[in-house]
Amino acid sequence: MEITYSPLGDEAIVIEVGNEISKEATNLVRSITKRIEETLIDSIIEVIPAFTTVTVFYEVTAELQYKDIKKIIEKTLVEMQDFTSLEQRTIEIPVCYGGEHGPDLEFVAKHNQLSVEEVVAIHSSGTYEVNMIGFAPGFPFIEGMSEKIAAPRRTTPRLRIPERTVGIAGIQTGVYPIETPGGWQLIGRTPIDLFLPMEKIPSLLQAGDRIIFKPISEEEYAEWEGTTHAAD
Amino acid sequence: MLQINKEGLQTTVQDIGRRGFQKYGVIVSGVMDPYAHRIANVLVGNSETDSTIEITLVGPQLTFLEDCLFSLTGGDLSPLLNGTPIKMWRPILAKKGCKLTFGKPRSGCRTYLAVAGGISVTEVMDSKSTYLRAGIGGFDGRALKKGDVVKSGEVSKYIRTFKEKLAREATDSSFIQVDWTLMTQAIPIYQSEDSVRVTEGRQAKLFDEKSKDVFYNEAFQISSDSDRMGYRLKGPQLTLKEPKELVSEGVAFGSIQVPPDGQPIILMADRQTTGGYPKIGQIASVDLPKVSQLKPGESIRFEKITLEEAQQAMLNERRLIAQLTKSISLKFKEGI
Repeated sequence: MEITYSPLGDEAIVIEVGNEISKEATNLVRSITKRIEETLIDSIIEVIPAFTTVTVFYEVTAELQYKDIKKIIEKTLVEMQDFTSLEQRTIEIPVCYGGEHGPDLEFVAKHNQLSVEEVVAIHSSGTYEVNMIGFAPGFPFIEGMSEKIAAPRRTTPRLRIPERTVGIAGIQTGVYPIETPGGWQLIGRTPIDLFLPMEKIPSLLQAGDRIIFKPISEEEYAEWEGTTHAAD
Repeated sequence: MLQINKEGLQTTVQDIGRRGFQKYGVIVSGVMDPYAHRIANVLVGNSETDSTIEITLVGPQLTFLEDCLFSLTGGDLSPLLNGTPIKMWRPILAKKGCKLTFGKPRSGCRTYLAVAGGISVTEVMDSKSTYLRAGIGGFDGRALKKGDVVKSGEVSKYIRTFKEKLAREATDSSFIQVDWTLMTQAIPIYQSEDSVRVTEGRQAKLFDEKSKDVFYNEAFQISSDSDRMGYRLKGPQLTLKEPKELVSEGVAFGSIQVPPDGQPIILMADRQTTGGYPKIGQIASVDLPKVSQLKPGESIRFEKITLEEAQQAMLNERRLIAQLTKSISLKFKEGI
């Protein structure tokens, strides 16, 4: 893939690896992010990895302006060799489907001419991967949902969706880490937190993670709620 | 230490923002007007990056519960101390029991209140900024309200000495303002129809010629639907040469993005970390305060500059602040 550079205003540079969402792009973005964070700590403020771009915010000084940071990044990326051996974590997210936690589960079933049980079976048997974290703290953009359970967004968005709710919008599935307004179809809720403001790494999930959704009962949900979750 | 007697429209504790966590989707937050914030701190002997109280349009009413060295910068919301109009952009010593109130907005809409020692609140993710939507940071993760008691941090020895000197000067009054302020060019003037400098956006080339032309030649009005997250503008329609779906990517403070309705949105302090709308321009960092001080109904114009010019302007501002910091600390040392 060809890498291009362009400025985002006077404090950031965007490294672009393509213009379509793909597994290769996600991996390259992960590798570049890791490489930059490891080699350029002194000149950078922070990075925002997205689907096909890595945005790098840098501290502008008399010696470090756009042309200079571009040169430094080009150099460190040329020296970057292996970008396929990134480890992949698998994280299990327990979900209590339907009922008060998933008021739109029946709509999703009806829309796809399936039973509620079938929707749960399809949703919880998929292999999912996190492409990026964005939109809200710890919010994962997840790839890999079966088109069999796709459903359009609600025509009128809900003003409040409780934190940890699992939803479907089109062919995407996601989990809301904090209470937000939104138009997704809500199919369940997880008892575990995705946003961990008091932790050193405040997001349970990271780009590249593999996700498994595991159905749990109302009782298990109630028992689990409020406890923390360790990634394996 | 100060107590809030009446909350303003939106009064929050902020610093320069939560940096290093955007990759986890955590927004930067922080002050809307970084320049006024930094200067407010410098005027009371704080570090530029200490936390201040950001006051919006309708100010709060508060009481100083102990002798306090403070400063007010940014928008002029007609500040009063015990009912007497006070000056901005300079240190003021308020004695215990003094009441700070605000009147009509005269210019700008955000005032920064810095107290010597900074605002003492717990840091969350290395920052004292309030992130309202997630309910974290600042004062209990929320805007200040009636009854809150806000503590200030430790004051350095030379600021303590300066405070004592001022207190002796003010034996007969409840407060004293120093008789010096910043050089004229260091005090910004906030006005509607002002032009702000902009560098080319990452997707500027996707816009048709007419849109690029009107963007730099016509005024845009700030809509009432504007807040710390973004300023929605009303003006001539901006259109792409052809419709295009973009993949979401990182955005920054001052990114000017254009949704399909053709009306631009300037992303501000509480913006999300990523966005998928094409960006026609990016406000030069040094001109962000001009935008932050605009009120709904006022207008803005854009003036194109090069990236080199924008970065040079940043460095010039840095030098100005360093120079002010130096001369102000000399003032503290020589007293009043």
